[in-house]
Amino acid sequence: MTSHAPSHEDAFEAHHGHSHGHEAGHGTFKSYVTGFLLSVILTAIPFWLVMADVLDSAVPTAAIIMVLGAIQIVVHMIFFLHMNTRSEGGWTMMALIFTILLVAIALSGSLWVMHHLNANMMPMSPEMMKNMP
Amino acid sequence: MSDIHGHAAQHEGQAPAFYLEEEHHPEGSTMLGFWLYLMSDCLIFAVLFATHGVLGRNYAAGPSPADLFDLPLVAVNTSMLLFSSITYGFAMLAMERYEKKVTLFWMAITALFGIAFVSLELYEFAHMIHEGAGPQRSAFLSSFFTLVGTHGLHVTSGIVWMFVLMAQVAKHGLIPENKRRLMCLSMFWHFLDVVWIGVFSFVYLIGVIG
Repeated sequence: MTSHAPSHEDAFEAHHGHSHGHEAGHGTFKSYVTGFLLSVILTAIPFWLVMADVLDSAVPTAAIIMVLGAIQIVVHMIFFLHMNTRSEGGWTMMALIFTILLVAIALSGSLWVMHHLNANMMPMSPEMMKNMP
Repeated sequence: MSDIHGHAAQHEGQAPAFYLEEEHHPEGSTMLGFWLYLMSDCLIFAVLFATHGVLGRNYAAGPSPADLFDLPLVAVNTSMLLFSSITYGFAMLAMERYEKKVTLFWMAITALFGIAFVSLELYEFAHMIHEGAGPQRSAFLSSFFTLVGTHGLHVTSGIVWMFVLMAQVAKHGLIPENKRRLMCLSMFWHFLDVVWIGVFSFVYLIGVIG
């Protein structure tokens, strides 16, 4: 048991040391500049696509914008918010995954339900339209 | 659990204590708590994004995004927020080197970029309302003003927080308490930039292409 005590002490110190490390942040000049340059590129491409009207059809343009936006969010998470699986014993990542799940349910659920609600609304006749308030 | 067993076994013969005597993790939970706040804030924005997703095409015979949005202005606005992100990063790097004046300098630059962002957004809002495209015009405009306005209010509170912290740092220096506060503001500020990515992609760009 006496041999157990120091190892526990070490583990505690290591854990503690890490938590201090987190408080000080993991950013370096290089990581901030890398994140910034990636963000500039990932912002410039969608604006260029829309403002210069590069693609003729709207659907692929919208898809590219969404994909680039998602990539940029990940870039910000890693380079600016310093997300990783280790900080706070993995609980920040756990909270993030849970939030992403809730956001996905809220977004897709709302769009899905409201789309079907629109599709199933009773069609309006011209007479009904006339009598509208 | 191993703590408790070890502790109980160490004092055999005495009454076993099934609790931790030292305070577990006395500091350092602030970051996790603040992260949880940001995640709940994220849910507010998710609901507003969902609302805009549902109502964003209901123009009520009023103006559409292509009529209203001035994309060069939005691009300038986006770059303001992006610049403010990296300048706050520089403030954090200066903080880690305990350079008080450099930290204050980069915080001031960040606040200026934030003020530029909010001013441009207010100019855009005023312009739209002046054209008769206020929040009461259509469901699209109601959801637009709610979503973008909520983000703008967050940035405004971030700027107020920035000035409060600058006063704190100027008075007390880079003490552990101020470093912790600066870390929280860093997360808040970068989180707002993440939300803005969603706004300019989903509301402005996809709105304009229709």
